[in-house]
Amino acid sequence: MASIAPPSPETSRRNLRTGAFAFAGALAMLGLGYASVPLYRLFCQVTGFGGTTMSATESDAARAAAAATGQKISIRFDATTAMGMPWTFRPTQATDTVTIGERDIATYTARNDSAQAITGMATFNVEPEQAGKYFNKIQCFCFTEQTLQPGQEVTMPVLYFVDPAMLDDPNMKGVEQITLSYTFHRAEDPVNPAPTRSN
Amino acid sequence: MATTAEGFDIHDHGHDAHDHADHKPGFFARWFMSTNHKDIGTMYLIFAIIAGIVGGAISGIMRVELAEPGIQYLQWWAQFMGGGNDLNTALHMWNVFITAHGLIMVFFMVMPAMIGGFGNWFVPLMIGAPDMAFPRMNNVSFWLTVAGFISLLFSLFVPGGTGPGAGTGWTVYAPLSTSGSVGPAVDFAIFSLHLAGAGSILGATNFITTIFNMRAPGMTLHKMPLFVWSVLVTAFLLLLALPVLAAAITMLLTDRNFGTTFFNPAGGGDPVLYQHLFWFFGHPEVYIMILPGFGMISQIVATFSKKPVFGYLGMAYAMVAIGVVGFIVWAHHMYTVGLDVNTKMYFTAATMVIAVPTGVKIFSWIATMWGGSISFKSPMVWSMGFIFLFTVGGVTGVVLANGGIDDNLHDTYYVVAHFHYVLSMGAVFSMFAGFYYWFPKMSGRMHSELLSHLHFWTFFVGVNVIFFPQHFLGMQGMPRRYPDYAEAFTFWHQISTYGYYIMAGSMIFFFVNILYALVAGKKAEANPWGEGATTLEWTLPSPPPYHQFETLPVITDAHDYHDHRPATA
Repeated sequence: MASIAPPSPETSRRNLRTGAFAFAGALAMLGLGYASVPLYRLFCQVTGFGGTTMSATESDAARAAAAATGQKISIRFDATTAMGMPWTFRPTQATDTVTIGERDIATYTARNDSAQAITGMATFNVEPEQAGKYFNKIQCFCFTEQTLQPGQEVTMPVLYFVDPAMLDDPNMKGVEQITLSYTFHRAEDPVNPAPTRSN
Repeated sequence: MATTAEGFDIHDHGHDAHDHADHKPGFFARWFMSTNHKDIGTMYLIFAIIAGIVGGAISGIMRVELAEPGIQYLQWWAQFMGGGNDLNTALHMWNVFITAHGLIMVFFMVMPAMIGGFGNWFVPLMIGAPDMAFPRMNNVSFWLTVAGFISLLFSLFVPGGTGPGAGTGWTVYAPLSTSGSVGPAVDFAIFSLHLAGAGSILGATNFITTIFNMRAPGMTLHKMPLFVWSVLVTAFLLLLALPVLAAAITMLLTDRNFGTTFFNPAGGGDPVLYQHLFWFFGHPEVYIMILPGFGMISQIVATFSKKPVFGYLGMAYAMVAIGVVGFIVWAHHMYTVGLDVNTKMYFTAATMVIAVPTGVKIFSWIATMWGGSISFKSPMVWSMGFIFLFTVGGVTGVVLANGGIDDNLHDTYYVVAHFHYVLSMGAVFSMFAGFYYWFPKMSGRMHSELLSHLHFWTFFVGVNVIFFPQHFLGMQGMPRRYPDYAEAFTFWHQISTYGYYIMAGSMIFFFVNILYALVAGKKAEANPWGEGATTLEWTLPSPPPYHQFETLPVITDAHDYHDHRPATA
């Protein structure tokens, strides 16, 4: 087949090199796409971005308590269940007024309304979002999975404190109430399709 | 200067040389195993036209349904596509239509036409290269795109939840695309994006290598035509953005099929992460769709004003700036996911910054025309239509860039109107401009100027009647992606549907024109556009020989960025 002369070996070599660089760039971006998953989580945990609450140790709590000034803030408790989660889940108290810096305990109750044992996992968030980094949990039922037998009802505690550093944050000015929200999801095979509805 | 002239007279060679350059392989080898950039470009253009007909027909179904409140035709379509007769299946059908329209137009119409079609045809010609750097990979890119299209069409006929087909929107947001869509349709749609994406990444690698290594002697980066610059920037955007999409949709696949929970809060994932990943790709993607158009408009406006383009370097680096800033504004597509005020402030400001390089381009086109000897040939009227309508879309873009205003307009028809002004008037007008500009070069036949002007005016009226009223609908609160609406919205929806009929009718002129040109069109000269057309493709006969530039053209110091013709030609 008549065809024009192929490019010189020199051009071919340079082409392969440039092409390889470009391809490596694409692969790096692919890697970055996956790396974004742990990075995103890390970013939220470190910064409390988007209302991610902080978990704290006893010593953090002691330090916060020492800095407490006696000012108070209202906490509202909220509970929901994800679609297809047959639990009744509600806070024992709707609101509570706590001293900023001092630890407090709140309780939630959950009851399994179905006929089989179900393991659930709670996710959590606070509103307003900028309060996320000041809302610290020392102990929480949301740190582990919870299994309830059919009909079983449990009371679950959250041990938390609000960091007095919030008083120095201009973004927290005017925040008089922080809402702590939990959602219970089914822990087992989360992608499992919900039963098909028919009309 | 003698070397230049020698380099250019290959098309004037005697009989023997011509035969050699024009020897073509047999039909199957030529079109199915093609390694020729012009043939692959032609195939991309034909493919894009076919995909455009499919995508455009789907938008017709949607507009007809939206002409009246209530559900008129969806149930019929649901049954026709093999689904049930109930309302839920009909509503799912609607989601399938919007998804297919979006994906087809973005991945299988605009991208193949702009980059695969015009890019393949004219980047090597404009830089004086014999072909692309990796001709076989070029072939792989094309057929991957075709395979992707077939996978998407296939998804329409398999279960996707409440009915056949993937009804996720082109954004494929989780959890609708994971736990919300049972059945293989969404898997096929995702696979289609994988294939098209892989094809585009290979294509981008090819363009980058070609433009960096295969330029004719003396053609420095700052002497390249602006269309080549636009394809270079686009190729970089593709290379950096598409792999992120690939990662995101692969995570969707594993969430759907292998029990991972990247985007499922029950397992510690976050659906908002998908939106971040998608728009990190999605925003550069909108520039991928428009930048080659910018390049074509620059060539055309300069050609028909018979002037070099105003502010060449500013034009080139404005595209680079748009490409760079395009990567750091993604969250303006997701102002309503619960970003805090400071984040919204950043993304609002960064988004508005893009108006600066875009403004540089708009004003430079106008300045190019200023004082020029303008001839209103078909490519030029399409280009002027582009400049006007793209600016309208840009202005509504600045409105939407505001995080506060977007809270109100998010997911309304205002957004639909905005992105159709920049895409179905911006990108599409530039493609028609490019098509009429280069059709004589590609086919060797002249199209009818009368038909192309009729096409322009009817299309111009049609698309404006479709989309301008959608601004009103959006501001009144009509949400996008719904087949039904409150009666108060009826008036403008009806007008919008009339616009579709005008637009669809205008396409008759386009197809008749192609047919006319191929059957009875006058033979095109090497340069049908006269003294304003100064880039290298016009120095070759129309159509160019199967193999061009066997002796490379030489660009001397006497040439500037505008005029690449040999001194003696």
